[in-house]
Amino acid sequence: MMLSVRDLRVSFRTHEGLVRAIDGVSFDLNEGEILGVVGESGSGKTVSLLAVMGLITDPNAVIEGSIRYKERELVGLPAKELRRLRGNEIAMIFQDPMTALTPVYTIGWQIAEQIRAHKRVSKSQALERVEELLAEVNFPNPREAMSRYPHQLSGGMRQRAVIAMALSCNPALLVADEPTTALDVTVQAGILDLVRKLRTTHNSAVVFITHDMGVVSELADRVMVMYAGRVVERGSRTELFSAPQHPYTRALLGSIPPLTGEKPRRLPAIPGSPPSLLRLPEGCAFGPRCPVNYEPCRTGKPTLGDGGHAAACFRVQA
Amino acid sequence: MIYAILRRFGQMLFVMFGISVIVFLIFFATPGSDPAARIAGRNASPEVLEAVRHNFGFDRPLYVQYGLMMKKIFVTGDLTSFVNRGWKVVPAVLDSIPVTLSLVFGAAVLWVVVSIVIGIVAAATRDSWVDKLLMALGLLGISMPVYWLGEVMNLMTQSRYHDTWLFSWVPPLGYKNFSDDPKGWFLTLVIPWITLAILYIGIYGRVLRAAIIESMQEDYIRTARAKGLSETRIMLRHALRTSLIAFVTLFGLDFGALVGGSALLTEVVFGLHGIGKLTYDALQNLDLPMIMATVMYASMFVVVANAVVDFIYILLDPRVRTS
Repeated sequence: MMLSVRDLRVSFRTHEGLVRAIDGVSFDLNEGEILGVVGESGSGKTVSLLAVMGLITDPNAVIEGSIRYKERELVGLPAKELRRLRGNEIAMIFQDPMTALTPVYTIGWQIAEQIRAHKRVSKSQALERVEELLAEVNFPNPREAMSRYPHQLSGGMRQRAVIAMALSCNPALLVADEPTTALDVTVQAGILDLVRKLRTTHNSAVVFITHDMGVVSELADRVMVMYAGRVVERGSRTELFSAPQHPYTRALLGSIPPLTGEKPRRLPAIPGSPPSLLRLPEGCAFGPRCPVNYEPCRTGKPTLGDGGHAAACFRVQA
Repeated sequence: MIYAILRRFGQMLFVMFGISVIVFLIFFATPGSDPAARIAGRNASPEVLEAVRHNFGFDRPLYVQYGLMMKKIFVTGDLTSFVNRGWKVVPAVLDSIPVTLSLVFGAAVLWVVVSIVIGIVAAATRDSWVDKLLMALGLLGISMPVYWLGEVMNLMTQSRYHDTWLFSWVPPLGYKNFSDDPKGWFLTLVIPWITLAILYIGIYGRVLRAAIIESMQEDYIRTARAKGLSETRIMLRHALRTSLIAFVTLFGLDFGALVGGSALLTEVVFGLHGIGKLTYDALQNLDLPMIMATVMYASMFVVVANAVVDFIYILLDPRVRTS
């Protein structure tokens, strides 16, 4: 087991009280595995992975639980040791390539900076490696791209530069936070190919955060669906897509237009909106929007059982 | 690049031309006042008036008058102040330039260095007692008027504590030429530098702190953290660089204005005969030729300082380069 997260809870102290953004998330990840994390905005996908990266810098955040990476506990690890892992063994790709790069340095400089932060290499060796990396992420002219500033590149190019940066130290674990959301569909496909290639060439494990079920069905080995800070269903890709259990997962899948056959006039949508984390409903957080809720859902909080494919739903467990 | 510089230079010349025309019109073409009488001063004899009228071309069209004035300032340099009995204006301005430049330049070095350090330290220790103390001191610096602070400094260093070990090195007030006596030049200017810099240290330190804190919220700072860089490197290489843009803008404006005469109060308090003092005296006497010359000089510095700021922008921010 490369990454093992147990009962992770992240809360923020606010004026209106403690907000629990992540409430008991657990998952495992093996070498070379791609885990898709799906959910609406505010469901806690990003926050849970930022916690894994140790990137929650808010002084009002409280992180509890256990995050074990290669038998090392990351929660409470001194900043200096965490920094040695970050960017080196655990790398992250962010959602918006437009703002993820420092505007005043060239792409080559920024990637070389990361290499030199972790490896004892000379400047010219680092720059050689940058050129290789940019070629690897399909820059047509890597040498020239190195001397470009972020604003001189298109969104897709920038995201590839960000990916090259994340790959620069051959990370064992890559966290990708909606890397394709801000990009064109054609560019998206290229980025997904890159992620797949990374898995096969470096045997890296990938956590892929997205709200796009289509992307998950193409890429992920296993899938984890999140709602209001909790995991509501997990399973392998085939299990989840062919036999979804949780009503929320089913509703999410129902809102993808079919590729063949007659298209519905209106896509079915999930009624209501995600609950405020400040005022979570009693019982199951999805209860008020759930088409099949019944008595137990209003009083108890369903928990995710054991096993490969599981859903946190009383209907399923009953 | 060279084209951009030349174009900027052309713009500078154009702005200075505009300023000279406006200033000229204000003083020489205001209806109902006779510039010759003003230039000649009170109780001037009819002969003097006539000489002035002829000398400045007041019996000829306005554009000839303007041309003559510019020629006297820039070409022949023989603009004469009648109020001050034949004082040559251009040499007087040229003599006071090094005084003001020495004062403002030294103070600028001081305030830039100190306020960058303060801004960084305050932003890095945000909301701690260090930050609060630095910001309170900054506010104190901004709140102290320069003429008051200067007098207090003088009181301490020139009389009260002058005979103690602390301030016995402070020479009497006045300016010493750098070429004659570099050590004396430095020593006489230390106290004026500090006095002038304190206000700006307060302002710039606060501005920089706010700018750094703002850029620390940016996505690329999170990327930098994800790269595994140290907090020091993130602060100095990623946050500071982008924060300096506001700082440089402010610096260009303040530096230009100060060199152009805004350091008047400091100059007067410390007995330095710089451009500010010269302009002030000229305005007191309504010495039109002198006003004309000092305003031209001041506008030149404001314009040049702004052009220098534009070039620093290009160095700091690659996004400006392509446009």
